[in-house]
Amino acid sequence: MMDWSAFFLSIKLAGITMLILLFVGLTISRFLAWRQFRGKLIIEVIVALPLVLPPTVLGFYLLSFFGKNSWFGSFYEQITGSTLVFSFTGLLLASLIYSLPFAVQPMLRAFENIPSQLREAAWCSGLNRWQTFIKIELPLAWSGILSGMVLAFAHTLGEFGVVLMIGGNIPDETRTLSIAIFDRVQAFDEQSAQLMSLVLLLFAFITISFVFLLNKKIR
Amino acid sequence: MNKLSVQLKNKKGIPLDLNFACEAGQVLALVGPSGSGKTTVLRCIAGLFETDEGQINCDGQQWFESKKNIFIPTQQRHVGMVFQNYALFPHLTVKQNIELGMEKQFSSSTQELLSSMNLDGFENRMPATLSGGQQQRVALARALARQPKVLLLDEPFSAVDQVTKRKLRLELLKLIRKLNIPIILVTHDLDEAAMLANKICVLHNGTSLQTGSPIEVMRKPISATVARLMDVRNLFEGRLIAQNLKSKSVIISWAGIEFEASYQTGFSVDQKLNWSIPADKVLLHRRRNPSKGVRENPVSGIITELVTVGGVTNVIIELANDSKIKLHMDLPSHVLERNHLQVDENISMSLLKDAIHLMPHSHSSSR
Repeated sequence: MMDWSAFFLSIKLAGITMLILLFVGLTISRFLAWRQFRGKLIIEVIVALPLVLPPTVLGFYLLSFFGKNSWFGSFYEQITGSTLVFSFTGLLLASLIYSLPFAVQPMLRAFENIPSQLREAAWCSGLNRWQTFIKIELPLAWSGILSGMVLAFAHTLGEFGVVLMIGGNIPDETRTLSIAIFDRVQAFDEQSAQLMSLVLLLFAFITISFVFLLNKKIR
Repeated sequence: MNKLSVQLKNKKGIPLDLNFACEAGQVLALVGPSGSGKTTVLRCIAGLFETDEGQINCDGQQWFESKKNIFIPTQQRHVGMVFQNYALFPHLTVKQNIELGMEKQFSSSTQELLSSMNLDGFENRMPATLSGGQQQRVALARALARQPKVLLLDEPFSAVDQVTKRKLRLELLKLIRKLNIPIILVTHDLDEAAMLANKICVLHNGTSLQTGSPIEVMRKPISATVARLMDVRNLFEGRLIAQNLKSKSVIISWAGIEFEASYQTGFSVDQKLNWSIPADKVLLHRRRNPSKGVRENPVSGIITELVTVGGVTNVIIELANDSKIKLHMDLPSHVLERNHLQVDENISMSLLKDAIHLMPHSHSSSR
């Protein structure tokens, strides 16, 4: 049996994460690509850290940070009346951090590849910063931006460790597809697990092919 | 009158200390070795770099005035800039590259601009499909599209081959005559500066050492450093031993020889100095029927090398009195042939009195 509620929850989580990371990624990668400042390396390291950090470690820290005993968790509860832990919002925040490098890295590479002279030439032609972004930077970096979005979406769709630590397994709230698969396997419902795994496998295959094609087309 | 005046000082990072002015219709060449700050000066004029102190005025407008905290952004300065590697927008066609910064009402003149740059038929080509020379023309057309108040050229010929370079220089020369704006040219090529510029500003470590006409800077450098930067080949050390105000001449002692030069102010008897003579002002003595000029500052030596480039032969002579001193003489190649000059041959020459230029002494200047 396909767990449709888990499927749609996964799509919703990945979609919202992707959209937010589009703006966050654009801001961070443009900032890192062209500016030289003290402590730039440390920012780059922090942004890339989730790439290598075990998901359970990240999940554990987020769990303590979001929990009632932390200032952030209690502050959030005071304002909204609900907790971050075991909620969709908490899951979303975790996903944003977890998938951040997957959005930023391709975008950063793309912006770094635009010679600074091109932007200066645009300014000399009278284009302001916003026009330069729309008319010069975006068309030259779009493949990297699209790659970043696709990777962020796919990576969020497949996340497991962080979700388990912070979201648990609540239907319609935090039970994503990968959690549902784990749940089915534990219940010896192999048929359902197989079906849902196949869906994720196909999805991963399509996204990676898409990213590869995109990069080939540019070169 | 559209005039550009620049005065800049920078202590942190890239050191700068310079000032110059350029009138409309004039070309000022910034020359100097790489790393001397030439490109940075252009970037300052364009508003892409800000120095600690200074002022930049153009066409009666203050673009930069550090004391009043005035810094007009690049977009509002209306500068036309040709970047070293042209920086054409790779995703836009030739026409789009040019029209990008044009106000709508001017876009009808694109075709005219393309024709004047010999770019007819290239409107819809992408930059990557153009030759180096064509790319340079597009970059120039784009720089002129906004009817700029000043044109800035950063090594505009560095990315093209020799043949194209010569063609493009002639084209640019024609174009310059039509433009009535100040033009600043950055180059490390002295021939290019001499050919295109009305004025040369010599930069060294961010400092302007001398500004003047190409002839003035090349023939009468104010110091041995400028002479070296301008590739003056005959640069030597000597001593002033006598002055004759009546005949307006001085006597210089050099390598055991005494010779006469025109009087120049600022030097006193027994003072050490540097002196130079252009290689084409060293005159060969004909062996048969010597002319009456042979008495003017005669020197002799042995030919050690003959290098012919484009009809002119550079003859390098080891001085008879001091074999460590090498004198350069430029001769038309036909003169060389008619006199059957060869390496290892003894010759005598005259140093033309009026062409000898004196400079204050600086160390390690003789070559």
